[in-house]
Amino acid sequence: MKSVKVVVPFLLTLTLSLSLFSFSFPSFGFQSDELLVDDEEFSLEGSPQHRSPEPVLTRSPPVTRKRHSDLDSSDSKIQFSLDHAFGDSDFSPAGTFSARLKTWSHGGQTLTKLRFSRNSFSNEDKEKFKNLLKSDDFYRIRLPSNVLSPPGRDFVISSVKARCLPREGLDEHFVIHMEGVNVLAVNYGSPGSCPYPRNLKFPAKWSFNSHTVLKNSEQAPRAPVFTEEILGGENAESEVVQPPERSFWAKYWMYLIPLGLIIMNAVTQAMNMPEEQASGQAPAQGQPSAGAVQRGPSSAARRR
Amino acid sequence: MAIRSFFVPFLLLVLWFYSSLSPVLSLYEDQVGLMDWHQQYIGKVKQAVFSTQKTGRRRVIVSTEENVIASLDLRHGEIFWRHLLGSNDVIDGIDIGLGKYVITLSSGGSILRSWNLPDGQMVWESFLQGPKHSKSLLLLPKHEIDCINVVQTNLKIEKDNVIVVFSNDRLHAVSCIDGEVLWKKDFETESFETQQVIQPPGSDLIYVVGFAASSQFEMYQINARNGELLKHESAIFSSGFLRELSLVSSETVVALDSTGSILLTISFQNGEISFQQTPISNIVEDSSGPAVIIPSSVPGIFAIKINSVTIFIRVIGKGKLEVVEKLNQETAVSNALPISESQQAFALVQHAGSEIHLVAKLAHDWDANLLKESIKMDQQRGIPHKVFINNYIRTDRSHGFRLLIVMEDHSLLLLQQGAIVWSREDGLASIIDVTASELPVERDGVSVAKVEHNLFEWLKGHMLKLKGTLMLASPEDVAAIQSMRLKSSEKSKMARDHNGFRKLLIVLTRAGKLFALHTGDGHIVWSHLLHKSEACQSPVGLNLYQWQVPHHHALDENPSVLVISRCGPSSDAPGVLSFVDTYTGKELNSLSLDHAVVQVIPLPHTDSTEQRLHLLIDSDKHAHLYPKTSEALGIFKREFSNIYWYSVEDHNSIIKGHALKCKCTGEVADEFCFDARDLWSVVFPSESEKITATVTRKLNEMVHTQAKVMADQDVMYKYISRNLLFVATVAPKGSGEIGSVTPEESWLVAYLIDIVTGRILYRVTHHGAQGPVHAVFSENWVVYHFFNLRAHRYEMSVIEIYDQSRADNKDVWKLVLGKHNLTSRISLFSRPEVITKSQSYFFTHSVKAIAVTSTAKGITSKQLLIGTIGDQVLALDKRFLDPRRSVNPTQAEKEEGIIPLTDSLPIIPQSYVTHALRVEGLRGIITVPAKLESTTLVFAHGVDLFFTQLAPSRTYDSLTEDFSYALLLITIVALVAAIFVTWRLSERKELQDKWR
Repeated sequence: MKSVKVVVPFLLTLTLSLSLFSFSFPSFGFQSDELLVDDEEFSLEGSPQHRSPEPVLTRSPPVTRKRHSDLDSSDSKIQFSLDHAFGDSDFSPAGTFSARLKTWSHGGQTLTKLRFSRNSFSNEDKEKFKNLLKSDDFYRIRLPSNVLSPPGRDFVISSVKARCLPREGLDEHFVIHMEGVNVLAVNYGSPGSCPYPRNLKFPAKWSFNSHTVLKNSEQAPRAPVFTEEILGGENAESEVVQPPERSFWAKYWMYLIPLGLIIMNAVTQAMNMPEEQASGQAPAQGQPSAGAVQRGPSSAARRR
Repeated sequence: MAIRSFFVPFLLLVLWFYSSLSPVLSLYEDQVGLMDWHQQYIGKVKQAVFSTQKTGRRRVIVSTEENVIASLDLRHGEIFWRHLLGSNDVIDGIDIGLGKYVITLSSGGSILRSWNLPDGQMVWESFLQGPKHSKSLLLLPKHEIDCINVVQTNLKIEKDNVIVVFSNDRLHAVSCIDGEVLWKKDFETESFETQQVIQPPGSDLIYVVGFAASSQFEMYQINARNGELLKHESAIFSSGFLRELSLVSSETVVALDSTGSILLTISFQNGEISFQQTPISNIVEDSSGPAVIIPSSVPGIFAIKINSVTIFIRVIGKGKLEVVEKLNQETAVSNALPISESQQAFALVQHAGSEIHLVAKLAHDWDANLLKESIKMDQQRGIPHKVFINNYIRTDRSHGFRLLIVMEDHSLLLLQQGAIVWSREDGLASIIDVTASELPVERDGVSVAKVEHNLFEWLKGHMLKLKGTLMLASPEDVAAIQSMRLKSSEKSKMARDHNGFRKLLIVLTRAGKLFALHTGDGHIVWSHLLHKSEACQSPVGLNLYQWQVPHHHALDENPSVLVISRCGPSSDAPGVLSFVDTYTGKELNSLSLDHAVVQVIPLPHTDSTEQRLHLLIDSDKHAHLYPKTSEALGIFKREFSNIYWYSVEDHNSIIKGHALKCKCTGEVADEFCFDARDLWSVVFPSESEKITATVTRKLNEMVHTQAKVMADQDVMYKYISRNLLFVATVAPKGSGEIGSVTPEESWLVAYLIDIVTGRILYRVTHHGAQGPVHAVFSENWVVYHFFNLRAHRYEMSVIEIYDQSRADNKDVWKLVLGKHNLTSRISLFSRPEVITKSQSYFFTHSVKAIAVTSTAKGITSKQLLIGTIGDQVLALDKRFLDPRRSVNPTQAEKEEGIIPLTDSLPIIPQSYVTHALRVEGLRGIITVPAKLESTTLVFAHGVDLFFTQLAPSRTYDSLTEDFSYALLLITIVALVAAIFVTWRLSERKELQDKWR
């Protein structure tokens, strides 16, 4: 008998906690910011520790595990070149990206381990760049839109005002948006800010500090799915549970306040009653005298 | 007991919460029509059939290019009933069967429907299938009187109530009563193109004539009773045919050879085909250029057009041709109308300056006119395009004719006895662009007496109102008060009002006509058909821009709009600019450009006369500056390096960013022309993505504050850049119909792209999603609508983007000491520090259009206006589409207005702004801010027009219409009286006290 009594509350709490858990679960589902693809950032060796504030996002565990399981497919090294142009000049090679191409067992291909080696500026290039700085013109770069069969459909172009680049040396920041082996877009610019009245400033040394970020698409958060039974059943149950948590006052204030008012009213009335009686009797006694006092002069006046 | 006592306050709380949450948008019944108006149109009439039975009301059945079939009252032009078929259900032909059914053939000849003539109910529907797509022809035997007898006596069914339909390369005979296919007949010949299906009156034969292999004429003779092929003849004409036939009798057709210079009379009497060749030069002396046959069906006569001259030619006897008349003006010809056993009449309408000439003739007697009238016609209606003739018996037992004509501006007019009986502005059914314009400032000297017609009416009106407020009014009085409120001359006044509710809506229709609609009651203030010049015969209106919006120092100028049109159908045809005064509708100036107009960029700069600078991009990527003045050039030069734009190449999924480079390096020096250069490009992989929607913020949108205070007293800064572009791409496979692909092979990617630098600020993939994508961009958020294949539901997603570079301006001391970067200039070349929040919700409806309310200062909260599939406009509070909604918002978040998370967006029936009405064929929703901050003007257009005022946060800055002034007055009077009474009382008291 006794054991049964113990078990019942236990079961209750268990179901309660279970239902609570399942209730909060949907919110889990939509809040997960899980990113199925990785952003990897690599700086050139020897570059100052000017790490971009771009968060290096880690893969969410389940996906990683899955990836690892079908990882050992095939890796191959590929290279693709970066071209640049000064103002409206023609594009010329400026560096090469090298990366490992991973082929997943399900057929998708992605790039990892991206490295970048930048050609240093020739003297001619330096002159051209100085001219750009003077005229506040654009420094343009381009990448092939497909890394396997460059240039793909077209080149992906990006440009920045040349005056945004010089700091100590020349700081540049690439964000390469990938979709498989296709380069959607490259965003090129300085790693920091480039305040508007752009001042003419020549770099102290003509070497590039390059930062590169590879970005893939994020997954959209799923629309929250509430199963109606869970929500309905849960609500009813949780509301049954909730009342004990509320204080007596919180529950019954709307009755207590009028009650209090009534009581206070009654009390004041009760307090007034004896007073009134007291004061009511006193004037009853005093009034004739007062009247007499008042009437006194008038009667006196009349008498005059 | 305890539960109940808990529930009561809880319910109250919930009720209070919801009532505070969704500002009540709904109207009371008597408020309908006070601020909103609704107009019904049908579109440009393609075909009209008259139904003038002796019994019943006289009506005309029309089918239009907007895929509407409608029954119009022949006396007033009102719509009895109307059906809008879908946009992929194009009407091929209409007719009246058995005198009481309207038969329509649509969807490329594959759907045949019958509608009840009096009320428009559908009676039956048949699907006609065939081996291949072809021209669709609908033929009803013209024995309507017999037909009715047949039904009454119910004797023979086979012949007289059969509908003969040629569609999808198959001849069908369909019963008029239940839509059953009685027989069908295929034609074996490859590449046979049917031109005409002919049933000679009173015979059981059907002739199907057409061409095969461009030089072969084919004729099939078919038994109309059972579809049996009786005879098949073909004949070859070596030099080929033009694909057009004119029927001159039941056994003779006229065609043109492939050069357009020889007329061929083809007769197939008794199944024998014979050609008669007549060179046009033989019968028309000064003919030059190829001829075109004007399709008509007048017995014995056909019309050809050489250059702009219309020539009527009669067929006499065996292939002998004779020119009867040459007309130089634009002419429209009606089909033949049988007026008696042997006589057929037809009508001609000619355009001559400010008049049109109507002529009705008998088919066999060209010289005698049954009718000859001239009617003054508004020049803005253009030339007549179509004419339909109908006859009636006059009181003196002679034949009278009424003509229904369709003008160039798509308007429909009924002419009878030399006058316009009614006219319909059906061009308004196809609006392509809308802009709003202010009305003139009220001049002095317009007194009340002019507005109110006379003193007695005025007094009566006020007496009625007084009765209404004192609740003494009888039901009739209430109705009178209501009609007075609706017809209040105040709202349709032609002057600006204090609140900015009265405006002009300038709309451009597909016919190339501008209309100015008054927002008060929707009446047409003026209309203007785009000017035709020698350089451009058929301008196609494209866009409408505000050219000059005078305020400040140029108040005496009239505002004007810029109409961009194109000279011809191809996209690289030269453009035409027209400048139209919005007060008067006069065309101020018209420019024929020597370049095409691919893109128009209104710049945020104006010259000293408040003319806005516009940059026009042509097909060679040159930028042209307008207006071409040195002042504009000066302003432009200053901003030269700060002008960026983008172009979307839909077909190969590339978005490019451009900036200006230098002056054009052409052979002709043009200092207003500039070369462009490519700054950036985004190349979507063609095998996995296809651009389906691109949306930017509205240029004139106002944002009140950049800061958004969170529940925890934190501040977030909205990223409000005007240079953001939302792009949605879908998988190329998934760009078809919903359900054509599996969720695995369909996805949608949403991008936020900065159009100056080409940076992709945000990119998100929705797997298993499919278009069509509808999106709206406002402030720092974008909302888009798509279909989720996994959940089998429509979904709406929101992305909000916040600026992190200003996020550290939270220290009060920094603000006090001025050490903040809130006022510093932003350069988009800096690396953006943004964060985005997004969330998706299910939505019940599919969507035709999305817009967002816009107010004068941007303080009022926003509502999304969603054009639903049911052609209504739903107002949805933006707070429902907040990415920060959570399942259990904290108390602080609730105070901020965050709604607990739900998986789908609620549709509150009262929040339909169109209340009981439908905007048939809804295409676009436009919002215009009023001067009053709380109010926004909403204009929805499709085949119908609808206009209303909305107050998304209720009218917090003005008294509502039903505010009881009387109560206020009574209260004041009572208070004043009470003051006097108490004053007197206290005086008396004081006096008494003093006497004591």
